Amino acid sequence: MGAQLRVYKRRIRSVTATKKITKAMEMIAASRVVKAQRKVAASTPYAQELTRAVTAVGTGSNTKHPLTTETDNPTRAAVLLLTSDRGLAGAFNSNAIKTAEQLTERLERDGKQVDTYIVGRRGVAHYNFRERTIAESFTGFTDEPSYADAKKVAAPLIEAIEKETAEGGVDELHIVFTEFVSMMTQTALDARLLPLRLEEVAQEAPKGEILPLYDFEPSAEDVLDALLPRYVESRIYNALLQSAASKHAATRRAMKSATDNAGELINTLSRLANAARQAEITQEISEIVGGASALADATAGSDR
Amino acid sequence: MAAELHVALVAADREVWSGEATLVVARTTSGDIGVMPGHQPLLGVLESGPVTIRTSEGGTVVAAVHGGFVSFADNKLSLLAEIAELSDEIDVQRTERELERAKAEGDAAAERRADVRLRAAAAS
Repeated sequence: MGAQLRVYKRRIRSVTATKKITKAMEMIAASRVVKAQRKVAASTPYAQELTRAVTAVGTGSNTKHPLTTETDNPTRAAVLLLTSDRGLAGAFNSNAIKTAEQLTERLERDGKQVDTYIVGRRGVAHYNFRERTIAESFTGFTDEPSYADAKKVAAPLIEAIEKETAEGGVDELHIVFTEFVSMMTQTALDARLLPLRLEEVAQEAPKGEILPLYDFEPSAEDVLDALLPRYVESRIYNALLQSAASKHAATRRAMKSATDNAGELINTLSRLANAARQAEITQEISEIVGGASALADATAGSDR
Repeated sequence: MAAELHVALVAADREVWSGEATLVVARTTSGDIGVMPGHQPLLGVLESGPVTIRTSEGGTVVAAVHGGFVSFADNKLSLLAEIAELSDEIDVQRTERELERAKAEGDAAAERRADVRLRAAAAS
């Protein structure tokens, strides 16, 4: 076998192995998307009921609560950025990080100091590499977040928002996550969690429904006190789940195009290898024919 | 037939139980509260404790609920809990071990959780 042909054969083998790996990763990601979507669906009833309850307290009572009232001039804001622990997901992480950076820039233009909280090793690595300060980071659960993880993430944020701004607390809480629109579309977006915009929350609740006048047990303040942290946790949980689903969908897509690419590469390489083999055969034939005719010429010459 | 109310017992990550009931007893921070059909709209904070649901078929469903809310309006009752388990889902032996460990370690919250689970399991 010629050297050229051997090189092609070796490359085809290695690309075939790569293709097998990316194909497997694609299929794993596909099954994980379905699982993550199911989790999103399972968490919906809780989130819906909670939203209804928050709307009911917020609109049905005149209580002023630090978590619902906007400060006159907010000076500090917290941004929670959800990324993934692992890469190989196309532009998933860079889109989320870009959105977070735009949000940070916008907040800073408004004269607010921004504390960044990050979920996922990718985001942490990005911020560490640029030597930016991270208020707190959480890693290790982005593929399959549980409610306990959401609670863990929410705890320092709720604590920060309950503290006075002068003592290191924050006035606003923003979240950046990747919304799972469909298998093909995932969009990174930012949303303000706190202070609540009650009109917005009310819009999410089913339309055309008149909220009843609730009897609060023990009191509206106490209910709101207990309700809002749960609301934040449930929103963060939902965002974590959506980010996980989006990440798996992005991985699936990235791996699918890698597999397609590998297939194409194998095709091109086999054509080249075939051409090389043909060229080798042609050369061998012409060498034999040339040798034979040279021999014939030689014997003919000696006869003469 | 007695009047009914629709009950949905929802945990953070799943719907635990839903159906029709005639009476629901839950523990709020200011004491036990019983809700029957036609109760006035209510929104309360739950303590960890057992929730008893008397179904319209005459059966009883008991669940251990740890923290959460109860809201009632339009004859629909929602019990929102971070963690909720039906009594027949509770593994009594495991919970007993947990209770002992919590006692040994002096973890009051864990002890209370295990205690609530055991009582819910015993009540059904």
